[in-house]
Amino acid sequence: MTAAPLTRTARAAVEVRLEGLSRHYGPVVALDHLDLTLAPGELIALLGPSGCGKTTTLRLLAGLEDADTGHITVGGRDITHVSAAKRDMGMVFQAYSLFPHMTVRQNVAFGLRLRKVNAAQRDKRALEMLDLVGLSVQADRYPHQLSGGQQQRVALARALAIEPQVLLLDEPLSALDAKVRAQLRDEIRRIQLEVGITTLFVTHDQEEALAIADRVGVMRDGRLEQLAPPTEVYSRPATSFVAEFVGLSNRLDGEVKGGEVTVRGITLPLVERDVPDGRAVALIRPEAVGLASDAAAESGPLTGTVIAVTFLGATSRVTVDLGDTRVLAQLPTSDATTLTAGGRVTLTIRRDPVLVSAASEPAVGEEA
Amino acid sequence: MAAVTSVGETPAPAAAARPRGMHANRKRRLNAYRYVVFTIFGLFFLLPMLAMLRFSLEGAKLGTWSGAAWKQIASYQGEGVPPLLSSIEITMELAVITSVVTLVLLVPTMIWVRLRVQWLARTMEFLSLLPLTIPAIVLVVGLGSIYNRIQHYSLSALMLSWVYVILAMPYAYRALSAGLNAIDVTTLSEAARSLGGSWFTVMLRVIVPNMRQAILNALLLTCSLVLGEFTIAFLLLYNNLSVELYSISRNTPNAGVIFSTSTAALLFAFLLLLILSYAGRRRRGRG
Ligand SMILES: Nc1ncnc2c1ncn2[C@@H]1O[C@H](COP(=O)(O)OP(=O)(O)O)[C@@H](O)[C@H]1O
Ligand SMILES: [Mg+2]
Repeated sequence: MTAAPLTRTARAAVEVRLEGLSRHYGPVVALDHLDLTLAPGELIALLGPSGCGKTTTLRLLAGLEDADTGHITVGGRDITHVSAAKRDMGMVFQAYSLFPHMTVRQNVAFGLRLRKVNAAQRDKRALEMLDLVGLSVQADRYPHQLSGGQQQRVALARALAIEPQVLLLDEPLSALDAKVRAQLRDEIRRIQLEVGITTLFVTHDQEEALAIADRVGVMRDGRLEQLAPPTEVYSRPATSFVAEFVGLSNRLDGEVKGGEVTVRGITLPLVERDVPDGRAVALIRPEAVGLASDAAAESGPLTGTVIAVTFLGATSRVTVDLGDTRVLAQLPTSDATTLTAGGRVTLTIRRDPVLVSAASEPAVGEEA
Repeated sequence: MAAVTSVGETPAPAAAARPRGMHANRKRRLNAYRYVVFTIFGLFFLLPMLAMLRFSLEGAKLGTWSGAAWKQIASYQGEGVPPLLSSIEITMELAVITSVVTLVLLVPTMIWVRLRVQWLARTMEFLSLLPLTIPAIVLVVGLGSIYNRIQHYSLSALMLSWVYVILAMPYAYRALSAGLNAIDVTTLSEAARSLGGSWFTVMLRVIVPNMRQAILNALLLTCSLVLGEFTIAFLLLYNNLSVELYSISRNTPNAGVIFSTSTAALLFAFLLLLILSYAGRRRRGRG
């Protein structure tokens, strides 16, 4: 690390394996035999509600906590009992973590100073990293002179400056406002691809996870519910928990019979064929719901009244009151122009395979 | 000063909704109140100091002025007591030793407790407050036997520093604790750890520099305590500055040197306060 020219592209990316990791705090099981393998250079986003064990996973990997059971291997080397200081992992925290008494440049160079890199080289490397995150102009400022987004960029530069084998990000964007969040999210992805580093990204924001990751791991109660590419997690959720947590879902009562579910007179195929017959709740994506304006519609299971139309840009979200329940539909804005609050509409449901959950199960991951 | 300010300002938001005239009226009254309180307390503290200064400048005849008492500080030798200068030296040395020992003991311990053994924090806080709650005379009864034993070895008054470390602990602990609370110790140390820092590095290069002001405060409180301590030194028969001044006053009533020395000690404490708060502020201004 000292002699070789420090370049942006890190050394060859490594594979990270978490095997049977468990951790409990008193009676709370924070992590329950978690298995997770990150391919070299891959970005996996861990997604899940608060308290599901995402941070614990990250902290075990970083060596900031010890696992009760299980092994961690990085690039084939077992590091389960290696201390945090020797793990060679770059970490970006949820809370602002820059050292207040150092300038931005000193912050970024801190890890290199600990590695006894000479002053000229570490300064060069620090500026290079600041350049990468677009903050070289701010090099001589102090952290309190930066905005939240800038501080997190510096934290990223600081984590990457030591050329870590693995990059760990614990909800790095959650303290930022929406616009900065989306911008920095894309930038993190760009930098991650440019450096080519194996990365674990923790978030409770499904949009963030789907946007940034090669694969998304949805967690619940210390376990992985599903680990798959974003499109698959979204369109083919493995469990009803995933379906409800990732994206919006309409919950409509239905009747399961012979591998199909009948909802308001429409029969839809099931994702899981082996659901027992009987009453159930079908989870239907807003995009699968179609609406047609129909002033003369007779009342029936598939007719209703528009309550609200929310313009989201290219798409619009329409809330329809069906009398006994409400349904969200997401349409291209061009199709939604004819719909106004109070208008009568008829509903169609696309025949995508759907998931059902037991009728009594409460909703999780409610979205605004 | 801070207390006076808050007396004036706290009720203001509650009054904001009231009609304008009443609000202004009330504000004026509070302002007046603030100045009255400030003036009374100011006089309360200032008058004795001015009186002391005046006494220190008293000439041989009552009502005349003279700087003689100030010149005596360096050379005064009372009957049956050690030279004044030697007890000034001892007290200064005590202040330095006590401050250093207190900080060296407390700073790493407190950081360590905060980082690694959280559950000990309450116990430690309780222990650190004990010296405040135990009366000096009780402390002396306990300490007396220990000091009697070590006095065989005819040790100097510097031995007092061990008691002073205990006496200073509540104040130093409070000051340092406030400093630790002001920073996110856990996140900063974890960031430093993940960058490859040992625990030692974390403490010395990440936490301590961010506690600068708190450390200076602890230093100031410890020094002030040692400079003014009388009871324990007197009861354990050691001769520090306060005890010396007391002895001089017993032997030579109205000796001007008592007042000049006391004033000098006070000025010294003020100077220390100024230097330390300036040192802290300059850092913050830059950082
Ligand atoms: N230091 C700790 N002490 C006690 N309980 C903890 C501690 N850290 C985490 N937990 C518990 O472990 C569970 C998982 O926490 P965490 O991994 O932080 O969740 P997430 O990051 O997904 O919100 C939670 O129930 C939390 O209360
Ligand atoms: Mg968390």
